[in-house]
Amino acid sequence: MTIRGIFQLSWPGFALAVDLDLPGTGVTALFGHSGSGKTTCLRVIAGLERVASGYLEVNGEVWQDDARGLFLPTHRRALGYVFQDAALFPHLTVSENLNYGLRRVPAAQRRVSPEAAIDLMGIGALLDRFPDRLSGGEKSRVAMARALLTSPRLLLMDEPLAALDHERKQEILPYLEKLHDELEIPVLYVSHSPDEVARLADHLVVLQDGKVLASGPLGKTLARLDLPIRLGEDTGVIIDAVVAERDAQWHLIRVDFDRSHLWVRDNGLPIGHRVRVRILARDISLALDKGKDTSIVNALQGQVQAIVDEAHPALALVRLHVGNTPLISRLTKRSAALLDLRPGMTLWAQIKAVALIG
Amino acid sequence: MQSADIDAIGLTLELATLTTFSLLILGTPIAWWLARTSSPLKGMIGAVVTLPLILPPTVLGFYLLVLLGPQGPLGILTQKLGIGLLPFTFPGLVVASMVYSLPFVVQPLQQAFAAIGPRPLEAAATLRASPLDAFFTVVLPLARPGFITAAILGFAHTIGEFGVVLMIGGNIPGKTQVLSMAIYNHVEAMEYANAHWLAGGMLAFSFIVLLLLNLYPRGGRA
Repeated sequence: MTIRGIFQLSWPGFALAVDLDLPGTGVTALFGHSGSGKTTCLRVIAGLERVASGYLEVNGEVWQDDARGLFLPTHRRALGYVFQDAALFPHLTVSENLNYGLRRVPAAQRRVSPEAAIDLMGIGALLDRFPDRLSGGEKSRVAMARALLTSPRLLLMDEPLAALDHERKQEILPYLEKLHDELEIPVLYVSHSPDEVARLADHLVVLQDGKVLASGPLGKTLARLDLPIRLGEDTGVIIDAVVAERDAQWHLIRVDFDRSHLWVRDNGLPIGHRVRVRILARDISLALDKGKDTSIVNALQGQVQAIVDEAHPALALVRLHVGNTPLISRLTKRSAALLDLRPGMTLWAQIKAVALIG
Repeated sequence: MQSADIDAIGLTLELATLTTFSLLILGTPIAWWLARTSSPLKGMIGAVVTLPLILPPTVLGFYLLVLLGPQGPLGILTQKLGIGLLPFTFPGLVVASMVYSLPFVVQPLQQAFAAIGPRPLEAAATLRASPLDAFFTVVLPLARPGFITAAILGFAHTIGEFGVVLMIGGNIPGKTQVLSMAIYNHVEAMEYANAHWLAGGMLAFSFIVLLLLNLYPRGGRA
């Protein structure tokens, strides 16, 4: 179960040369700044852009192999595509938009029922409306349901949240998470938002100037310090953990991972629930001992793996391992010198803030 | 009203209807190509299509007469095909009217197609619609206001033609004598009352056409 894509394309002022080997399940984020080629990559995979030389195989089906003269046009590829602007047909109602793709798929190949898609995206009340009577968030949800109803073997999403304000994004994200959890369709998700990537992705591909800088599981890839891509204030790690204990008196829950634990604010999740925890590099400070008389709730002991310069000359990033779990701390170079930080040292990571996501 | 006048009105309506339908069919692929292509030929073809808009109708009619005449390349072709010569026949009028009204049909269509942009077609392709399927189920409905404008302009423009008809069709009552020609004949013969009936009717017709165009809700479903 893999998605393999090798593409080379050259336009005036832009060249794309990628060799992607992606898992055939879960959500893969194509992440990068604007102009990095992430949307072009998605369009090439969809067959909407023609490249001079390309190879694409999706879970055993070859969609494109220019060496053999094989190119399936977009409408012959079993994919779903959610455009940034939703691209609903303005002359059709929501229900007609949903049916447009559905009735072009042979009944025997349909694996997603209209009821399931409408329910999953919560659009049952909108079916008779025309797209110009929908909010931005509603349009996105209809576009996702419309794509799902073609029973795609691969779902491509081009920044489906980029055109929405913060509140609308919060409205859509739970639906995307449901999509992730309930359907076994591999998703390629283009985004330039570290928040969305942290919340939704299992696998991360970092693109820059039309090339792949890094590709790997989300946690490991985010913890790499060698990537020239700088997330700035968003630099940090994602940890998959499980809710293990509830402290009702102080409204905290304990989440366990890799023989360590963190106490975080109780958000009502049941014991045993899997959660994703995000810790930003700027929220971790380092100390030689555990420290008493401090307000810090979470302190973890770890070993320094590497120290690299941050973009600003005053700052450095330190990667340390707590067990096998990487953490990244951002601190001033002066602090690093005062502590005499070196790879191999054991010290304490004092964590000021932990965000539960998903 | 004289029976020749009624013949002229009937002939004119027949000519305009036939011309408009033929032009909608012929103009759609031309307008589609012009709206979507990045070919270097686009400027050339676009200019040729627009030429009848600014060319004096007599010039257009003259060249059509030469081209379709017994010694003209198209005339030789139509004779070889067994159609015979087109000038001074009703089919000849239809061909000439199509050339004459071509830009009035192609331009509104081209603008309508260009306004739709590539996105709805891409969305249709990702929903398993072949290009032809997408054209009929997405482009045609979205371009409907453009088709209505094109049909009205093409029809009205053909109704009012004079110079081209005079050059290619002559003035044969019941065969090639159209409305504007009948008006001209009445004025020549100092029959102003008859001319008034026809001319007034044309004025009212043209006004109603423009009124309908202005009243038609633009750019969306009704």
